[in-house]
Amino acid sequence: MSTGHLFVIGATHHRTPLEVRERLALDADGARALRDQLAALPGLREFAVLSTCNRIEFYGVATGAEVAAQVGGAFCRRQQFDPAEFARFQLDLRDEAALQHLVEVAAGLDSQMLGETEIFGQMKQAYASAQAAGHTGPVLNRAFQKAFQAAKQVRTQTAITTGQVSVANVAVELAGTIFGGLEDARILLLGAGEIGEKTAKAFQSRGAASLTVASRRLERAMELATTLGASALPFEQREARLAEFDIVVCATSTPEIILPQAAVRAAMARRPARPLFLIDQALPRDIEPTVAELENVFLYNLDDLARVAEENRAAREAETLKGRAIAGEKARALWQQVAAQVTASDPAPAREPARPGADASVPETR
Amino acid sequence: MTLPFTDRTWLWLAAALYLAGFMQGSIALFKRGRPADGATYLLILLGYLAQLAGLGLRGRAVGGCPLGNTFELYQFTAWSAITLYLVVGATFRLSLLGYFTACLASTVTLVSLLFPGWDAGQRVRIFGHNPWIELHAALAVFSYGVFALLALTSVMFLLRHFSLKSKRLGGWFSFLPSIRDVDHMGVRLLAAGTAILGFALAVGAVYWARPETVVNLDKIVVTVAVAGAAFALLLLRLRGILLARRFALACLILFAAALLSLATVEPGRGRIPARPAPAAR
Repeated sequence: MSTGHLFVIGATHHRTPLEVRERLALDADGARALRDQLAALPGLREFAVLSTCNRIEFYGVATGAEVAAQVGGAFCRRQQFDPAEFARFQLDLRDEAALQHLVEVAAGLDSQMLGETEIFGQMKQAYASAQAAGHTGPVLNRAFQKAFQAAKQVRTQTAITTGQVSVANVAVELAGTIFGGLEDARILLLGAGEIGEKTAKAFQSRGAASLTVASRRLERAMELATTLGASALPFEQREARLAEFDIVVCATSTPEIILPQAAVRAAMARRPARPLFLIDQALPRDIEPTVAELENVFLYNLDDLARVAEENRAAREAETLKGRAIAGEKARALWQQVAAQVTASDPAPAREPARPGADASVPETR
Repeated sequence: MTLPFTDRTWLWLAAALYLAGFMQGSIALFKRGRPADGATYLLILLGYLAQLAGLGLRGRAVGGCPLGNTFELYQFTAWSAITLYLVVGATFRLSLLGYFTACLASTVTLVSLLFPGWDAGQRVRIFGHNPWIELHAALAVFSYGVFALLALTSVMFLLRHFSLKSKRLGGWFSFLPSIRDVDHMGVRLLAAGTAILGFALAVGAVYWARPETVVNLDKIVVTVAVAGAAFALLLLRLRGILLARRFALACLILFAAALLSLATVEPGRGRIPARPAPAAR
């Protein structure tokens, strides 16, 4: 009877706490050394290692039931990690279930931040490295390439990537629904704390070019402005110069209101045709709530942003069932294609040799 | 070679294609949770070609631009709006504009087809042999088509405004364009509509000024009032007096007024000759 099988073992954020994942994380040298070690492991016909901050996973095609455990053992020895403890957190899936996991990971369905797309790039990189080193063969090549295709399908046929799920990104997305592109939007950041900085960076990452920072302590404002490549403004001038800005992010720790309705009304009188987006991330609030009643002014506070983020997260969650169904269907079809090669007792060729001059590029998926 | 379809058959086909675009867009939005702008655009384009064929046959039969009765006026208005959408939609790619256009076009064309009385008094050569008055009429009705598209962008503005103010951003609200984009589009359309209507009036004025011409005064008053309202609205917007929600509402009222004014255009004409023999069929 054949004992060939396809497996995935490892540890992910689902069952493994952060402090354990820290100990399991592979650095570049460690990963290289481990891969060399695994390449020499008898019975391991093909393998690829995926290492990110949320997961360490070993995908392999093996002859012999004990091989997957040997891979785990080699990894534990390298990381000086107790194998018994590793077994407590360990992910261990075989054949079709392993393929389904592969597709789900590539599609972001298994990610901590559901639907994120960074994992797709990380996975492509992991596969490219394994392929360039000649560690993959006909089964894993097909499995990864088909998984990438299926992941794209999951993302286009479901809404798992729509709607931002962090407060800072929700604010940026909202600005898009008001202004369209952010290239010509002028942004004023009131408060030089961590929350404001994070939101400002989120705006910059979406193309916002004009950013001004104001803080009660001018030197702190100037410091942050230098870090962000922005300009600084004396805090006292915020009301007088409010009309110059399209988006105002308030994140101070001031207990009183710093933008009263009268100030916003006066600013709007000077720029009536341009909408003004006010983001109040402070607690207690920085902006007088009645400002929301003004024409062409859109005010969102911390609760509003959090509620939108939560709604988006719930919407993504609701899409996972649909995504998993697609992943399952693709994994079934893929398993039917590779099952014979996986379970063959004497597969030939075992591992596709590394192509001379092979680089880390991923072959075209079809 | 004789075409197998009559003019009304083509116009029914056009209405069906617009309706298909609207229904397909509704299914995409409410069942699949995403807009289908490409497919909607294609269905509208096919409907537009069918409507063009229908109006072309009609025009050949009546010997001029088919603007001889209420049915033709509504059909031409819808056709004008679609003409503009096909350009605007492809250029500015405002999400959901096609969906709303399909909704408006199917409503206007189907309603005009469902009232046979509106098409009872089909008239031949209503413009005589005067190409200028034909140009005046065609441009005036085309400007109403522009106002139709303006009404659609105004509806989109109001929906986006409501979604932002009430903080309901999910569902199909998420597919609406940004509030600034629809606002800019509204201003452009109002400016275009006002300019076209103004030019149409200028062309018509040359004809009306002739002593031998008898023109219904109601028609002149109503048409000038619509043009005046459009111009005033544009001025108020550009001077920053009428903005955002109130501007969008005013644009909707302008379009409603333009549509209602068509009722005065119809009886404003002279005697209605009998429907011509079905030469174009």
